[in-house]
Amino acid sequence: MSSEQRTALQSLRCKECATEYPTEALYVCEQCFGPLEACYDFSGFDPSEAKRKIQAGSNGIWRYSDFLPISGRPDSPLEPGLTPLIRADRLAAALDLPPDCEIWIKNDAANPTHSFKDRVVAVALARARELGFSTVACASTGNLANSVAANAAAVGLESFVFVPSDLEEQKLLATAIYGTTLVGVKGTYDDVNRLCTELAEEQNWAFVNVNLRPYYAEGSKTLAYETVEQLGWTLPDRVVCPIASGSLFTKISRGFSEWLELGLVSGELPRFNGAQAAGCAPVAIAYAEGWDYCRPVKPDTIAKSLAIGTPADGPYALDLARRSNGGIDSVSDDQIRAGIRLLAETTGIFTETAGGVTVAVLRELAERGEIGPGERVVVYITGEGLKTLDAAREGFEIHEIEPNLASFADRVPARVAIAN
Amino acid sequence: MAVTVKIPAQLRAMTGGEGVLEVEGTTVREALEAVFSAHDGLRERITEGGDLRRFVNVYVGGEDIRFGAGLETALTDGAEVTILPAVAGG
Repeated sequence: MSSEQRTALQSLRCKECATEYPTEALYVCEQCFGPLEACYDFSGFDPSEAKRKIQAGSNGIWRYSDFLPISGRPDSPLEPGLTPLIRADRLAAALDLPPDCEIWIKNDAANPTHSFKDRVVAVALARARELGFSTVACASTGNLANSVAANAAAVGLESFVFVPSDLEEQKLLATAIYGTTLVGVKGTYDDVNRLCTELAEEQNWAFVNVNLRPYYAEGSKTLAYETVEQLGWTLPDRVVCPIASGSLFTKISRGFSEWLELGLVSGELPRFNGAQAAGCAPVAIAYAEGWDYCRPVKPDTIAKSLAIGTPADGPYALDLARRSNGGIDSVSDDQIRAGIRLLAETTGIFTETAGGVTVAVLRELAERGEIGPGERVVVYITGEGLKTLDAAREGFEIHEIEPNLASFADRVPARVAIAN
Repeated sequence: MAVTVKIPAQLRAMTGGEGVLEVEGTTVREALEAVFSAHDGLRERITEGGDLRRFVNVYVGGEDIRFGAGLETALTDGAEVTILPAVAGG
């Protein structure tokens, strides 16, 4: 593409009524209150030239800058992306899947602050700087807090981070260390989110997931782009992905759809399987009941990073699961702990509770026989196990011995041979 | 009951810039009707077919009215009703 043909952010458009807005810090349609979404001008797009440009690009998400709502490549030092996509044959075997099934783990804990949130924050902060903001903020269940604080520190922006005050200690520490103003709100994430929606009207701040949400959310598309590239420019048959607000779930779909429409990949949109914790499953409940809206719930789950009782993109997540012939399931806290362990023992990847939710739903799908012969499934692991250590505390034993051979022989049982 | 209704920034063009309205009402529905009779254009922005639009959240004292009785949620004297967009967060 010549510079004149570069794809470019064109407008913000309401997902409900298609009213168009300028590309400013706006997020809600004044006509119908629907969410605004970034729209691009792809006229003159040349797929083979675009593919060459991507492959010659950076080793992170800025290789996809032409598909993001920013002007060119930002200069932030914490570029996320190009995280490993690992074929998990031992996990597939443990799930008794047919031998020709492929399970692939997209390990997005391998980002600068160890979660997929670095993708959305990198895009939001780049846009915040373009729009002239000097202070950024967010309402977070933890991972976003880590990422906003770190990325703001890296580029010298002021930051205010709002979280529920009962968050995991690891996530509080891994936010405060960056020198942000950390605010613990006595309430649920939904209380934090309401407060931030009100604060966004009072303060001239870039709230990444409030007034900058149309830009922020676009960062999740890069998970789809990487999946396509890492699978040799092909699509998977099915994806399994956690749902909190539903933004990640729906934006991965948008990433695949954009590249299908632009001719960068061919085939069909994969089936989308969403994963929620039973203790906070407004979208899974609505899916099971056949509703096209979500009734809010009060969260009570160890999967705090998914504990959103009023999911902003819930209706769109429901629509996606249905039209892609996927589904949305929920799993108990015990299943979540078992999911964390299963992934760790079969792939060497230690994920946080959200990943435990996702693996537990994969297991449900396998046990119900929904994963057919020859399917290629991509499982999105969105965060790091070291951030939710309480979930891993039970279920193992340390064999304490004296430092001599007799004590070892006496107290450490022989290991059973590992299958496969 | 005298209650206050907080109008989100996106709708203040329709209230002459007012962000807080004082009205009478014993339920959320009555309070909103009082708001609509003073600022008619707000009705179609906030409601659709007599119900709240799906991307509008309403809170009474910080609690989402969908945890209560929805638009029929009762109001006490001095209650604060807050209207906000539902498309933030995550």
